[in-house]
Amino acid sequence: MSEKIFFDLVIVGGGPAGLTAYLYAKRALLNCLLVEKGPLGGQVLLTDWIENYLGFPQGISGYELVSLFQRQVEKYGLEVKYQEAVDLEVEEPYRVVSLTNGERLYTKAVILALGATPRRLGVPGERELTGKGVSYCAVCDGPLFRDEEVAVVGGGDTALQEALYLTKFVKKVFLIHRREAFRAIPILQQRVQENSKIELILSTVVKEIHGKERVEALSLQNLKTGEEFSLKVAGVFIFIGLIPQTDWLKGKLALDENGYIITDREMRTSLPGVFACGDCLSKKHRQIVIACGEGALACLSAQEYLQGLKDV
Amino acid sequence: MGACKVTDQDFEKEVLQSEIPVLVDFWAAWCGPCRAIAPIIDELAEEYQGKVKICKLNVDENPLTPGKYGIRAIPTMILFKDGQPVETIVGAVSKATLVNAINKVLS
Repeated sequence: MSEKIFFDLVIVGGGPAGLTAYLYAKRALLNCLLVEKGPLGGQVLLTDWIENYLGFPQGISGYELVSLFQRQVEKYGLEVKYQEAVDLEVEEPYRVVSLTNGERLYTKAVILALGATPRRLGVPGERELTGKGVSYCAVCDGPLFRDEEVAVVGGGDTALQEALYLTKFVKKVFLIHRREAFRAIPILQQRVQENSKIELILSTVVKEIHGKERVEALSLQNLKTGEEFSLKVAGVFIFIGLIPQTDWLKGKLALDENGYIITDREMRTSLPGVFACGDCLSKKHRQIVIACGEGALACLSAQEYLQGLKDV
Repeated sequence: MGACKVTDQDFEKEVLQSEIPVLVDFWAAWCGPCRAIAPIIDELAEEYQGKVKICKLNVDENPLTPGKYGIRAIPTMILFKDGQPVETIVGAVSKATLVNAINKVLS
């Protein structure tokens, strides 16, 4: 069944980090392949508006930015395999990436740009009502809640940014955060304070999401007073951080306690010939511009590694 | 030819009364992930021609049908067989996920 295909470099993940690495690889004339399990763009596709990526003074929508990334890479020939990577093995001098369809990609170097997916609250009702009012993407689902009342859960940049975005459509946003203060950058906090459609519910956690066919209400608990209360909403948008999808790499290379990939400053993982970049890295800050920078660096390091193989 | 367009008006005829299974992609122009998977939906229309009808319904222009099926997220893909929804897939999933779902309904 399994067919052997040989490459200089295989990049797993087609978000900003992976696409930048791919651009650098093509300009270095490497025999390179991009593996992506969904549409190209990763989390950028889920972002309504981006104002902190230089070159777009008015800001740009996530979809448009991805389209521009793609157009730029396509100039050099974009070869994508739309499959999920499920295994990484060593068969010297190759690294072997296995895909869900059984294909095995033999490559001298690998760049892991796996990204991350939204963290779930883990409360009753969440899984059952996902797509029925529980959402992790305001830009996808926000306009379906026109003139209704919704909740946003979280206190970081994403939560505040998306709460602000939702006010374009909905009647009211209840912004629920488990702490007394937000982590988000000051400009977003200021905009939230000034927005009359946003009501803050602080020091409060979601205990349960209720509804049959669709979300109807939340059970909340104030952590200071212990008081439990119910809040009627038509939807709940959850932005409480990210988790990496690195289960398939356990035991193959060093991961931190949360499953993020550990690299050095040159984007090298603990497994020689394997590099990583973007949101799947063990690090503090996750931004598009950081992912792009790391993608470039990962590719330059991979080129150095490939050159080293030739010199032996 | 790509996926065909359905509306609130012809949903009954085109989808519910269809002789073969129908996959309906509920989408909107403002939804990046919807636009990102549009090429996959068109490919499926080619590959399953005659076996499964692949349709797109714009939720902005056709609010009644999404309301009826409780669509609260897009893209949502619903597979209909004999007028009944038999499989629902939410989000910009991979082509393989859609192919698996379609094949399950066909088998």
